[in-house]
Amino acid sequence: MRTAFVEEITKLAREDKNLWLLTGDLGFSVFDNFQKEFPAQYLNVGVAEQNLISIAAGLAMSGKKVFVYSISTFLTMRPLEQIRNDLCYQNLPVYLIGGGSTFSYSMFGCTHFPLEDLGLMRLLPNMAVMAPGDPLEVRALIRDVYRRNSPAYIRIAKKGEPVIHASDDVISLGRASKIRDGKDISILVSGRQLANALSAVTTLKKNNINCHLLSFHTIKPLDKLAIIKAAKETKGIVVVEEHFKNGGLGTAVAEILAQEGLSIPLINIGIDDEFPKGSGSQDYFLKKYGLSPEGIIKAVNKILHHE
Amino acid sequence: MKTKISIKLLSELKHHALNARRAVVSTSAMAGSVHIASALSPIDILTALYFDVLNIDSKDPGNPRRDRFILSKGHGGLGLYSVLVERGFIPKKLLSEYGQDGSILAVHPVLGSVPGIEATTGSLGHGLGMGLGMALAQKRDKKSGRVFVLLSDAECDEGATWEAVMLAGHLKLDNLVVIIDYNKLQCYGKVKDVLDLEPFADKWLANRWAVIEVNGHKFEELIPALRNIPKQNNKPTVIIAHTIRGKGLPFMENTIEGYYMNIKQGDLEKVLATVY
Repeated sequence: MRTAFVEEITKLAREDKNLWLLTGDLGFSVFDNFQKEFPAQYLNVGVAEQNLISIAAGLAMSGKKVFVYSISTFLTMRPLEQIRNDLCYQNLPVYLIGGGSTFSYSMFGCTHFPLEDLGLMRLLPNMAVMAPGDPLEVRALIRDVYRRNSPAYIRIAKKGEPVIHASDDVISLGRASKIRDGKDISILVSGRQLANALSAVTTLKKNNINCHLLSFHTIKPLDKLAIIKAAKETKGIVVVEEHFKNGGLGTAVAEILAQEGLSIPLINIGIDDEFPKGSGSQDYFLKKYGLSPEGIIKAVNKILHHE
Repeated sequence: MKTKISIKLLSELKHHALNARRAVVSTSAMAGSVHIASALSPIDILTALYFDVLNIDSKDPGNPRRDRFILSKGHGGLGLYSVLVERGFIPKKLLSEYGQDGSILAVHPVLGSVPGIEATTGSLGHGLGMGLGMALAQKRDKKSGRVFVLLSDAECDEGATWEAVMLAGHLKLDNLVVIIDYNKLQCYGKVKDVLDLEPFADKWLANRWAVIEVNGHKFEELIPALRNIPKQNNKPTVIIAHTIRGKGLPFMENTIEGYYMNIKQGDLEKVLATVY
Protein backbone atom coordinates (compact mmCIF):
# COMPACT_ATOMS: atom_id res chain seq x y z
CA MET A 1 0.00 0.00 0.00
CA ARG A 2 2.84 2.37 0.78
CA THR A 3 4.28 1.94 -2.70
CA ALA A 4 0.86 2.73 -4.19
CA PHE A 5 0.77 5.93 -2.13
CA VAL A 6 4.22 7.08 -3.29
CA GLU A 7 3.47 6.28 -6.93
CA GLU A 8 0.20 8.22 -6.85
CA ILE A 9 1.65 11.35 -5.28
CA THR A 10 4.54 11.20 -7.73
CA LYS A 11 2.07 11.28 -10.62
CA LEU A 12 0.19 14.17 -9.03
CA ALA A 13 3.40 16.09 -8.27
CA ARG A 14 4.37 15.98 -11.96
CA GLU A 15 1.21 17.97 -12.71
CA ASP A 16 1.25 20.25 -9.69
CA LYS A 17 4.32 22.01 -8.34
CA ASN A 18 2.29 23.04 -5.31
CA LEU A 19 2.04 19.44 -4.12
CA TRP A 20 4.46 18.90 -1.24
CA LEU A 21 5.61 15.90 0.75
CA LEU A 22 6.85 16.25 4.32
CA THR A 23 8.18 13.49 6.52
CA GLY A 24 9.11 13.34 10.17
CA ASP A 25 12.32 11.42 9.38
CA LEU A 26 10.45 8.20 8.51
CA GLY A 27 9.83 6.24 5.33
CA PHE A 28 13.48 5.30 4.82
CA SER A 29 14.29 4.73 1.13
CA VAL A 30 10.70 4.95 -0.18
CA PHE A 31 10.87 8.70 -0.79
CA ASP A 32 14.30 8.71 -2.47
CA ASN A 33 12.94 9.05 -5.99
CA PHE A 34 10.35 11.65 -5.00
CA GLN A 35 13.04 13.70 -3.32
CA LYS A 36 15.29 13.48 -6.39
CA GLU A 37 12.56 14.40 -8.84
CA PHE A 38 10.96 17.17 -6.75
CA PRO A 39 13.63 18.60 -4.41
CA ALA A 40 11.70 21.86 -4.06
CA GLN A 41 8.52 20.04 -2.98
CA TYR A 42 10.01 17.81 -0.29
CA LEU A 43 11.27 18.27 3.25
CA ASN A 44 12.33 15.99 6.07
CA VAL A 45 11.73 18.17 9.14
CA GLY A 46 13.47 15.81 11.56
CA VAL A 47 11.96 13.93 14.47
CA ALA A 48 9.57 16.73 15.44
CA GLU A 49 5.95 15.84 14.82
CA GLN A 50 4.42 18.99 16.32
CA ASN A 51 6.52 21.16 14.06
CA LEU A 52 5.82 18.79 11.15
CA ILE A 53 2.10 19.55 11.35
CA SER A 54 2.48 23.29 11.94
CA ILE A 55 4.87 23.62 8.99
CA ALA A 56 2.41 21.73 6.79
CA ALA A 57 -0.26 24.23 7.90
CA GLY A 58 1.99 27.18 7.06
CA LEU A 59 2.68 25.73 3.62
CA ALA A 60 -1.02 25.10 3.02
CA MET A 61 -1.77 28.69 4.03
CA SER A 62 0.66 29.65 1.26
CA GLY A 63 -1.19 27.77 -1.46
CA LYS A 64 0.39 24.32 -1.14
CA LYS A 65 -1.29 20.94 -0.86
CA VAL A 66 0.74 18.93 1.57
CA PHE A 67 1.06 15.19 2.13
CA VAL A 68 2.64 14.37 5.49
CA TYR A 69 4.09 10.98 6.34
CA SER A 70 5.00 9.37 9.64
CA ILE A 71 4.20 6.21 11.58
CA SER A 72 0.46 6.23 12.40
CA THR A 73 0.92 6.53 16.18
CA PHE A 74 3.47 9.34 16.10
CA LEU A 75 1.58 11.22 13.39
CA THR A 76 -1.78 11.33 15.13
CA MET A 77 -1.05 11.51 18.84
CA ARG A 78 2.08 13.55 19.54
CA PRO A 79 0.74 16.51 17.52
CA LEU A 80 -2.99 16.01 18.16
CA GLU A 81 -3.47 19.64 19.13
CA GLN A 82 -1.61 20.87 16.03
CA ILE A 83 -3.88 18.66 13.92
CA ARG A 84 -6.95 20.05 15.68
CA ASN A 85 -6.05 23.75 15.71
CA ASP A 86 -3.69 24.23 12.79
CA LEU A 87 -5.23 21.82 10.28
CA CYS A 88 -8.88 21.23 11.21
CA TYR A 89 -9.85 24.54 12.81
CA GLN A 90 -8.22 26.39 9.91
CA ASN A 91 -9.54 23.76 7.48
CA LEU A 92 -6.42 23.33 5.36
CA PRO A 93 -5.49 20.89 2.55
CA VAL A 94 -3.02 18.78 4.50
CA TYR A 95 -3.23 15.03 4.07
CA LEU A 96 -1.80 12.88 6.82
CA ILE A 97 -0.53 9.48 5.74
CA GLY A 98 -0.07 7.16 8.70
CA GLY A 99 2.29 4.29 7.98
CA GLY A 100 1.30 1.05 9.63
CA SER A 101 -1.86 -0.76 10.61
CA THR A 102 -2.37 -1.76 14.25
CA PHE A 103 -0.06 -4.75 14.22
CA SER A 104 2.25 -3.82 11.35
CA TYR A 105 4.98 -3.32 13.96
CA SER A 106 3.90 -6.34 15.98
CA MET A 107 7.32 -6.93 17.57
CA PHE A 108 7.67 -3.33 18.74
CA GLY A 109 5.08 -3.00 21.49
CA CYS A 110 2.12 -0.68 21.95
CA THR A 111 4.12 2.53 21.42
CA HIS A 112 3.95 1.54 17.73
CA PHE A 113 0.41 0.11 17.61
CA PRO A 114 -2.19 2.53 16.23
CA LEU A 115 -5.14 1.42 18.34
CA GLU A 116 -7.10 4.67 18.60
CA ASP A 117 -5.89 6.79 15.65
CA LEU A 118 -9.06 6.45 13.57
CA GLY A 119 -11.26 7.26 16.55
CA LEU A 120 -9.23 10.34 17.48
CA MET A 121 -9.23 11.66 13.93
CA ARG A 122 -12.96 10.92 13.54
CA LEU A 123 -13.73 13.37 16.36
CA LEU A 124 -12.23 16.33 14.54
CA PRO A 125 -14.46 18.58 12.40
CA ASN A 126 -13.39 19.00 8.74
CA MET A 127 -11.23 15.85 8.91
CA ALA A 128 -11.83 12.95 6.52
CA VAL A 129 -10.66 9.58 7.87
CA MET A 130 -9.70 6.56 5.83
CA ALA A 131 -8.24 3.09 6.22
CA PRO A 132 -8.07 1.57 2.74
CA GLY A 133 -8.28 -2.18 2.28
CA ASP A 134 -6.07 -2.72 -0.75
CA PRO A 135 -3.61 -0.86 -3.00
CA LEU A 136 -6.32 0.18 -5.48
CA GLU A 137 -8.26 1.83 -2.69
CA VAL A 138 -5.08 3.65 -1.64
CA ARG A 139 -4.62 5.02 -5.15
CA ALA A 140 -8.23 6.14 -5.53
CA LEU A 141 -8.38 7.75 -2.09
CA ILE A 142 -5.09 9.61 -2.57
CA ARG A 143 -6.52 11.10 -5.77
CA ASP A 144 -9.79 11.97 -4.01
CA VAL A 145 -8.28 13.62 -0.93
CA TYR A 146 -5.99 15.68 -3.15
CA ARG A 147 -9.06 17.15 -4.85
CA ARG A 148 -10.48 18.23 -1.49
CA ASN A 149 -9.37 21.44 0.19
CA SER A 150 -9.74 19.99 3.68
CA PRO A 151 -7.57 17.85 5.94
CA ALA A 152 -7.57 14.07 5.76
CA TYR A 153 -6.00 11.15 7.56
CA ILE A 154 -5.26 7.93 5.68
CA ARG A 155 -3.89 4.95 7.56
CA ILE A 156 -2.05 2.64 5.22
CA ALA A 157 -0.62 -0.80 5.84
CA LYS A 158 2.82 -1.54 4.48
CA LYS A 159 3.43 -5.24 4.06
CA GLY A 160 2.53 -5.95 0.45
CA GLU A 161 -1.23 -6.25 0.89
CA PRO A 162 -3.02 -8.10 -1.95
CA VAL A 163 -5.21 -6.39 -4.55
CA ILE A 164 -8.86 -7.19 -3.83
CA HIS A 165 -10.68 -4.87 -6.22
CA ALA A 166 -11.03 -5.39 -9.94
CA SER A 167 -9.08 -2.79 -11.87
CA ASP A 168 -12.28 -1.18 -13.23
CA ASP A 169 -14.03 -0.88 -9.84
CA VAL A 170 -15.17 2.63 -9.01
CA ILE A 171 -13.75 3.57 -5.62
CA SER A 172 -14.75 6.92 -4.11
CA LEU A 173 -14.04 8.73 -0.87
CA GLY A 174 -17.10 8.53 1.36
CA ARG A 175 -18.75 5.64 -0.50
CA ALA A 176 -18.48 2.10 0.84
CA SER A 177 -17.23 -0.28 -1.86
CA LYS A 178 -19.29 -3.40 -2.41
CA ILE A 179 -17.00 -6.42 -2.77
CA ARG A 180 -19.59 -9.23 -2.63
CA ASP A 181 -23.38 -9.31 -2.66
CA GLY A 182 -25.37 -11.48 -0.28
CA LYS A 183 -28.57 -11.57 1.75
CA ASP A 184 -27.48 -13.35 4.92
CA ILE A 185 -25.00 -11.29 6.93
CA SER A 186 -23.31 -7.98 6.15
CA ILE A 187 -19.62 -7.72 6.83
CA LEU A 188 -18.30 -4.15 7.09
CA VAL A 189 -14.52 -3.86 7.04
CA SER A 190 -12.03 -1.07 7.45
CA GLY A 191 -8.40 -1.36 6.48
CA ARG A 192 -6.41 -4.36 5.41
CA GLN A 193 -8.73 -6.85 7.14
CA LEU A 194 -10.52 -6.77 3.81
CA ALA A 195 -8.40 -9.71 2.62
CA ASN A 196 -9.34 -11.82 5.67
CA ALA A 197 -12.98 -10.88 5.28
CA LEU A 198 -13.00 -11.89 1.61
CA SER A 199 -11.43 -15.21 2.53
CA ALA A 200 -14.12 -15.75 5.17
CA VAL A 201 -16.89 -14.85 2.70
CA THR A 202 -15.51 -17.33 0.15
CA THR A 203 -15.46 -20.12 2.74
CA LEU A 204 -18.97 -19.29 3.99
CA LYS A 205 -20.33 -19.34 0.44
CA LYS A 206 -19.29 -22.99 0.15
CA ASN A 207 -21.68 -23.61 3.04
CA ASN A 208 -24.44 -21.65 1.30
CA ILE A 209 -24.06 -18.63 3.53
CA ASN A 210 -24.03 -15.55 1.34
CA CYS A 211 -22.45 -12.47 2.88
CA HIS A 212 -22.74 -8.87 1.81
CA LEU A 213 -19.13 -7.63 2.00
CA LEU A 214 -18.51 -3.89 2.09
CA SER A 215 -15.15 -2.17 2.28
CA PHE A 216 -15.58 0.84 4.53
CA HIS A 217 -12.31 2.43 3.49
CA THR A 218 -13.78 5.78 4.50
CA ILE A 219 -14.77 6.07 8.14
CA LYS A 220 -15.58 9.76 7.86
CA PRO A 221 -17.59 11.01 6.04
CA LEU A 222 -19.44 7.79 6.76
CA ASP A 223 -21.60 6.10 4.11
CA LYS A 224 -24.75 6.13 6.22
CA LEU A 225 -26.98 4.85 3.44
CA ALA A 226 -24.85 1.73 2.95
CA ILE A 227 -25.18 0.95 6.67
CA ILE A 228 -28.95 1.41 6.63
CA LYS A 229 -29.25 -0.76 3.53
CA ALA A 230 -27.10 -3.48 5.11
CA ALA A 231 -29.24 -3.40 8.25
CA LYS A 232 -32.49 -3.58 6.33
CA GLU A 233 -31.51 -6.22 3.78
CA THR A 234 -29.50 -8.72 5.85
CA LYS A 235 -29.91 -10.53 9.15
CA GLY A 236 -27.02 -9.02 11.04
CA ILE A 237 -23.83 -6.97 10.81
CA VAL A 238 -20.25 -7.92 11.58
CA VAL A 239 -17.75 -5.06 11.73
CA VAL A 240 -14.09 -5.94 11.30
CA GLU A 241 -11.36 -3.44 12.07
CA GLU A 242 -7.81 -3.25 13.36
CA HIS A 243 -8.64 -0.68 16.01
CA PHE A 244 -10.05 -0.45 19.50
CA LYS A 245 -13.66 -1.53 19.48
CA ASN A 246 -14.18 1.90 21.04
CA GLY A 247 -14.34 4.85 18.72
CA GLY A 248 -13.71 3.34 15.30
CA LEU A 249 -15.95 1.99 12.54
CA GLY A 250 -17.85 -0.31 14.91
CA THR A 251 -18.82 2.61 17.12
CA ALA A 252 -19.77 4.70 14.09
CA VAL A 253 -22.00 1.91 12.75
CA ALA A 254 -23.66 1.42 16.16
CA GLU A 255 -24.40 5.13 16.33
CA ILE A 256 -26.15 5.06 12.96
CA LEU A 257 -28.17 1.96 13.81
CA ALA A 258 -29.32 3.46 17.10
CA GLN A 259 -30.15 6.82 15.57
CA GLU A 260 -32.15 5.17 12.80
CA GLY A 261 -33.99 2.91 15.25
CA LEU A 262 -32.70 -0.18 13.46
CA SER A 263 -32.60 -3.19 15.74
CA ILE A 264 -30.27 -5.80 14.30
CA PRO A 265 -27.56 -8.06 15.74
CA LEU A 266 -24.13 -6.38 15.61
CA ILE A 267 -20.77 -7.95 16.37
CA ASN A 268 -17.70 -5.78 16.40
CA ILE A 269 -14.41 -7.58 15.89
CA GLY A 270 -11.57 -5.40 17.06
CA ILE A 271 -9.24 -4.82 19.95
CA ASP A 272 -10.53 -4.83 23.51
CA ASP A 273 -10.07 -1.89 25.86
CA GLU A 274 -6.54 -2.85 26.86
CA PHE A 275 -2.94 -2.48 25.70
CA PRO A 276 -2.12 -5.75 23.94
CA LYS A 277 0.58 -7.41 25.97
CA GLY A 278 4.00 -8.53 24.82
CA SER A 279 5.50 -9.05 21.40
CA GLY A 280 4.95 -11.45 18.54
CA SER A 281 4.04 -11.87 14.90
CA GLN A 282 1.18 -9.98 13.25
CA ASP A 283 -0.77 -13.22 13.02
CA TYR A 284 -0.28 -13.86 16.73
CA PHE A 285 -1.97 -10.60 17.66
CA LEU A 286 -4.59 -10.68 14.91
CA LYS A 287 -5.74 -14.18 15.87
CA LYS A 288 -5.83 -13.21 19.52
CA TYR A 289 -8.52 -10.65 18.74
CA GLY A 290 -10.40 -12.70 16.15
CA LEU A 291 -9.06 -10.65 13.24
CA SER A 292 -8.78 -13.67 10.97
CA PRO A 293 -11.00 -15.55 8.50
CA GLU A 294 -11.84 -18.00 11.30
CA GLY A 295 -12.77 -15.19 13.69
CA ILE A 296 -15.02 -13.59 11.09
CA ILE A 297 -16.70 -16.91 10.22
CA LYS A 298 -17.31 -17.51 13.91
CA ALA A 299 -18.99 -14.12 14.28
CA VAL A 300 -21.21 -14.72 11.24
CA ASN A 301 -22.28 -18.12 12.57
CA LYS A 302 -22.92 -16.65 15.98
CA ILE A 303 -25.49 -14.28 14.53
CA LEU A 304 -27.06 -16.84 12.20
CA HIS A 305 -27.34 -19.56 14.82
CA HIS A 306 -27.98 -17.26 17.80
CA GLU A 307 -24.99 -18.84 19.49
CA MET B 1 21.35 49.69 13.18
CA LYS B 2 22.35 53.16 12.02
CA THR B 3 18.89 53.88 10.64
CA LYS B 4 17.41 56.96 12.23
CA ILE B 5 13.73 57.70 12.20
CA SER B 6 12.32 61.13 11.60
CA ILE B 7 10.60 63.14 14.31
CA LYS B 8 7.50 63.15 12.14
CA LEU B 9 7.39 59.35 11.92
CA LEU B 10 8.09 59.03 15.62
CA SER B 11 5.23 61.31 16.48
CA GLU B 12 2.87 59.45 14.10
CA LEU B 13 3.79 56.09 15.58
CA LYS B 14 3.26 57.36 19.12
CA HIS B 15 -0.10 58.74 18.09
CA HIS B 16 -1.23 55.41 16.59
CA ALA B 17 0.07 53.43 19.55
CA LEU B 18 -1.81 55.64 21.99
CA ASN B 19 -5.02 55.25 19.98
CA ALA B 20 -4.56 51.48 19.95
CA ARG B 21 -3.92 51.38 23.71
CA ARG B 22 -7.02 53.45 24.38
CA ALA B 23 -9.00 51.08 22.16
CA VAL B 24 -7.72 48.06 24.10
CA VAL B 25 -8.71 49.63 27.41
CA SER B 26 -12.14 50.85 26.26
CA THR B 27 -13.02 47.63 24.47
CA SER B 28 -11.99 45.47 27.43
CA ALA B 29 -13.99 47.60 29.84
CA MET B 30 -17.11 47.49 27.68
CA ALA B 31 -16.76 43.72 27.17
CA GLY B 32 -15.68 42.96 30.73
CA SER B 33 -12.85 40.88 29.27
CA VAL B 34 -9.40 39.95 30.56
CA HIS B 35 -5.86 39.60 29.12
CA ILE B 36 -5.70 43.40 28.96
CA ALA B 37 -2.08 43.68 30.08
CA SER B 38 -1.02 41.02 27.55
CA ALA B 39 -2.65 43.03 24.77
CA LEU B 40 -0.91 46.23 25.87
CA SER B 41 2.70 45.05 26.11
CA PRO B 42 3.14 44.38 22.34
CA ILE B 43 1.28 47.52 21.11
CA ASP B 44 4.44 49.42 20.19
CA ILE B 45 5.83 46.40 18.35
CA LEU B 46 2.55 45.95 16.46
CA THR B 47 2.41 49.66 15.64
CA ALA B 48 5.96 49.62 14.30
CA LEU B 49 5.15 46.58 12.14
CA TYR B 50 1.81 47.75 10.75
CA PHE B 51 2.69 51.43 10.22
CA ASP B 52 6.25 51.16 8.97
CA VAL B 53 7.64 47.70 8.35
CA LEU B 54 5.16 45.23 6.86
CA ASN B 55 4.66 45.17 3.11
CA ILE B 56 0.87 44.89 3.24
CA ASP B 57 -2.12 46.58 1.72
CA SER B 58 -5.46 46.86 3.51
CA LYS B 59 -7.13 46.97 0.08
CA ASP B 60 -5.39 43.75 -1.03
CA PRO B 61 -4.88 41.75 2.16
CA GLY B 62 -4.43 38.42 0.35
CA ASN B 63 -1.62 39.43 -2.02
CA PRO B 64 0.61 36.32 -2.28
CA ARG B 65 3.77 38.43 -2.13
CA ARG B 66 2.80 40.26 1.07
CA ASP B 67 4.65 40.06 4.34
CA ARG B 68 2.88 37.93 6.93
CA PHE B 69 2.45 38.62 10.61
CA ILE B 70 1.42 35.91 13.09
CA LEU B 71 0.44 36.77 16.64
CA SER B 72 1.59 33.50 18.12
CA LYS B 73 0.76 34.78 21.61
CA GLY B 74 -2.92 34.73 20.71
CA HIS B 75 -3.96 36.06 24.12
CA GLY B 76 -2.84 39.48 22.90
CA GLY B 77 -5.56 39.36 20.24
CA LEU B 78 -7.23 42.57 21.28
CA GLY B 79 -3.95 44.42 20.82
CA LEU B 80 -3.77 43.14 17.24
CA TYR B 81 -7.41 43.96 16.52
CA SER B 82 -6.92 47.50 17.83
CA VAL B 83 -3.90 48.06 15.58
CA LEU B 84 -5.75 46.52 12.60
CA VAL B 85 -8.58 49.00 13.22
CA GLU B 86 -6.12 51.86 13.47
CA ARG B 87 -4.50 50.73 10.20
CA GLY B 88 -7.84 50.45 8.37
CA PHE B 89 -7.90 46.68 7.93
CA ILE B 90 -11.08 46.17 9.93
CA PRO B 91 -13.94 48.51 10.84
CA LYS B 92 -13.97 50.09 14.29
CA LYS B 93 -17.54 48.88 14.75
CA LEU B 94 -16.22 45.34 15.30
CA LEU B 95 -14.53 46.45 18.51
CA SER B 96 -17.83 47.72 19.92
CA GLU B 97 -19.22 44.21 19.34
CA TYR B 98 -16.19 42.51 20.96
CA GLY B 99 -17.26 40.15 23.73
CA GLN B 100 -20.94 40.39 22.77
CA ASP B 101 -23.00 37.36 21.76
CA GLY B 102 -22.26 36.49 18.13
CA SER B 103 -19.20 38.75 17.85
CA ILE B 104 -16.92 37.67 15.04
CA LEU B 105 -13.83 38.54 17.09
CA ALA B 106 -12.77 36.00 19.71
CA VAL B 107 -10.22 36.87 22.39
CA HIS B 108 -7.74 34.77 20.39
CA PRO B 109 -7.44 35.46 16.63
CA VAL B 110 -9.08 33.10 14.13
CA LEU B 111 -7.98 32.79 10.50
CA GLY B 112 -10.64 34.06 8.12
CA SER B 113 -12.61 35.94 10.78
CA VAL B 114 -11.43 39.34 9.55
CA PRO B 115 -8.84 40.51 6.99
CA GLY B 116 -5.31 40.76 8.33
CA ILE B 117 -5.40 37.68 10.56
CA GLU B 118 -2.86 35.28 9.05
CA ALA B 119 -3.23 32.34 11.45
CA THR B 120 -5.41 30.95 14.20
CA THR B 121 -3.63 31.07 17.53
CA GLY B 122 -4.50 30.73 21.18
CA SER B 123 -2.64 27.61 22.19
CA LEU B 124 1.00 28.55 22.68
CA GLY B 125 3.77 27.11 20.56
CA HIS B 126 1.93 26.82 17.22
CA GLY B 127 2.73 30.13 15.56
CA LEU B 128 6.40 29.72 14.83
CA GLY B 129 5.97 26.36 13.06
CA MET B 130 3.25 27.84 10.85
CA GLY B 131 5.41 30.89 10.20
CA LEU B 132 8.28 28.62 9.25
CA GLY B 133 6.05 26.87 6.71
CA MET B 134 5.05 30.22 5.22
CA ALA B 135 8.65 31.46 5.07
CA LEU B 136 9.73 28.20 3.43
CA ALA B 137 7.00 28.52 0.79
CA GLN B 138 8.15 32.08 0.00
CA LYS B 139 11.78 30.94 -0.34
CA ARG B 140 11.07 27.91 -2.50
CA ASP B 141 8.71 29.95 -4.71
CA LYS B 142 11.37 32.67 -4.98
CA LYS B 143 8.99 35.27 -3.60
CA SER B 144 10.04 38.21 -1.49
CA GLY B 145 7.52 37.95 1.35
CA ARG B 146 8.84 37.90 4.87
CA VAL B 147 7.19 36.34 7.89
CA PHE B 148 7.12 38.01 11.31
CA VAL B 149 6.03 35.97 14.31
CA LEU B 150 5.41 37.51 17.72
CA LEU B 151 6.04 35.12 20.60
CA SER B 152 5.49 35.64 24.28
CA ASP B 153 8.35 34.84 26.61
CA ALA B 154 6.41 32.04 28.30
CA GLU B 155 5.75 30.57 24.88
CA CYS B 156 9.41 29.65 24.86
CA ASP B 157 8.60 27.06 27.54
CA GLU B 158 6.87 25.07 24.79
CA GLY B 159 8.90 22.31 23.16
CA ALA B 160 7.19 22.91 19.82
CA THR B 161 8.67 26.43 19.72
CA TRP B 162 12.18 25.00 19.91
CA GLU B 163 11.47 22.36 17.26
CA ALA B 164 10.80 25.28 14.91
CA VAL B 165 13.72 27.35 16.19
CA MET B 166 16.16 24.54 15.42
CA LEU B 167 14.79 23.84 11.96
CA ALA B 168 14.60 27.50 10.90
CA GLY B 169 18.28 27.94 11.75
CA HIS B 170 19.16 24.75 9.93
CA LEU B 171 17.20 25.83 6.83
CA LYS B 172 18.81 29.31 6.91
CA LEU B 173 15.41 31.00 6.58
CA ASP B 174 16.52 34.62 6.62
CA ASN B 175 13.03 35.77 5.65
CA LEU B 176 11.72 34.61 9.02
CA VAL B 177 11.68 37.02 11.96
CA VAL B 178 10.70 36.29 15.54
CA ILE B 179 9.92 39.09 17.94
CA ILE B 180 9.75 38.17 21.61
CA ASP B 181 7.43 40.19 23.81
CA TYR B 182 9.78 39.69 26.77
CA ASN B 183 7.71 41.20 29.58
CA LYS B 184 9.22 38.79 32.14
CA LEU B 185 5.86 37.72 33.57
CA GLN B 186 3.82 34.61 32.90
CA CYS B 187 0.49 33.26 34.16
CA TYR B 188 1.57 32.10 37.59
CA GLY B 189 4.73 34.02 38.35
CA LYS B 190 7.85 35.72 37.09
CA VAL B 191 9.61 34.06 34.16
CA LYS B 192 12.87 33.90 36.11
CA ASP B 193 11.13 32.03 38.93
CA VAL B 194 8.91 29.69 36.88
CA LEU B 195 11.31 28.64 34.13
CA ASP B 196 14.21 31.02 33.65
CA LEU B 197 14.92 31.60 29.95
CA GLU B 198 18.34 33.16 30.49
CA PRO B 199 20.82 33.11 28.90
CA PHE B 200 18.07 33.73 26.36
CA ALA B 201 20.01 35.30 23.50
CA ASP B 202 22.59 32.53 23.69
CA LYS B 203 19.93 29.90 23.11
CA TRP B 204 18.96 31.55 19.81
CA LEU B 205 22.57 32.10 18.80
CA ALA B 206 23.30 28.43 19.43
CA ASN B 207 20.47 27.56 17.05
CA ARG B 208 21.99 29.71 14.30
CA TRP B 209 19.78 32.77 14.61
CA ALA B 210 20.91 36.39 14.41
CA VAL B 211 19.93 38.15 17.63
CA ILE B 212 19.00 41.77 18.34
CA GLU B 213 17.92 43.05 21.74
CA VAL B 214 15.82 46.21 21.94
CA ASN B 215 13.60 48.17 24.24
CA GLY B 216 10.20 47.03 22.94
CA HIS B 217 8.61 50.39 23.70
CA LYS B 218 11.14 52.62 21.96
CA PHE B 219 10.44 53.15 18.27
CA GLU B 220 13.95 54.57 17.94
CA GLU B 221 15.19 51.02 18.60
CA LEU B 222 12.34 48.94 17.17
CA ILE B 223 12.20 50.57 13.75
CA PRO B 224 15.89 50.23 12.84
CA ALA B 225 15.89 46.61 14.04
CA LEU B 226 12.78 45.74 12.04
CA ARG B 227 13.89 47.60 8.92
CA ASN B 228 17.22 45.80 8.74
CA ILE B 229 16.02 42.27 8.12
CA PRO B 230 17.80 39.94 7.80
CA LYS B 231 20.40 41.02 10.30
CA GLN B 232 22.68 38.41 8.75
CA ASN B 233 22.24 36.67 5.42
CA ASN B 234 21.27 33.00 5.69
CA LYS B 235 20.07 33.33 9.25
CA PRO B 236 16.62 33.92 10.68
CA THR B 237 16.43 36.94 12.97
CA VAL B 238 15.13 37.14 16.51
CA ILE B 239 14.39 40.50 18.08
CA ILE B 240 14.26 40.12 21.84
CA ALA B 241 12.08 43.06 22.79
CA HIS B 242 12.20 43.95 26.45
CA THR B 243 8.70 45.08 27.37
CA ILE B 244 6.46 45.92 30.29
CA ARG B 245 3.31 43.90 30.73
CA GLY B 246 0.38 46.32 30.81
CA LYS B 247 2.51 49.11 29.30
CA GLY B 248 0.62 52.39 29.13
CA LEU B 249 -1.92 51.56 31.82
CA PRO B 250 -0.09 52.50 35.02
CA PHE B 251 -2.08 50.51 37.56
CA MET B 252 -1.59 47.29 35.58
CA GLU B 253 2.05 47.70 34.63
CA ASN B 254 4.36 44.89 35.69
CA THR B 255 1.70 43.02 37.62
CA ILE B 256 1.03 39.31 37.40
CA GLU B 257 -2.62 40.04 38.17
CA GLY B 258 -2.77 42.17 35.01
CA TYR B 259 -3.29 38.92 33.12
CA TYR B 260 -6.61 38.34 34.87
CA MET B 261 -7.93 41.79 35.86
CA ASN B 262 -10.77 43.53 34.13
CA ILE B 263 -11.90 47.15 34.16
CA LYS B 264 -15.34 48.12 35.41
CA GLN B 265 -17.35 50.11 32.88
CA GLY B 266 -18.02 52.76 35.54
CA ASP B 267 -14.28 53.30 36.00
CA LEU B 268 -13.52 53.58 32.28
CA GLU B 269 -13.32 57.35 32.04
CA LYS B 270 -11.04 57.60 35.05
CA VAL B 271 -8.83 54.76 33.79
CA LEU B 272 -8.63 56.11 30.23
CA ALA B 273 -7.32 59.40 31.58
CA THR B 274 -4.22 57.55 32.86
CA VAL B 275 -3.41 55.76 29.59
CA TYR B 276 -0.22 56.99 27.93
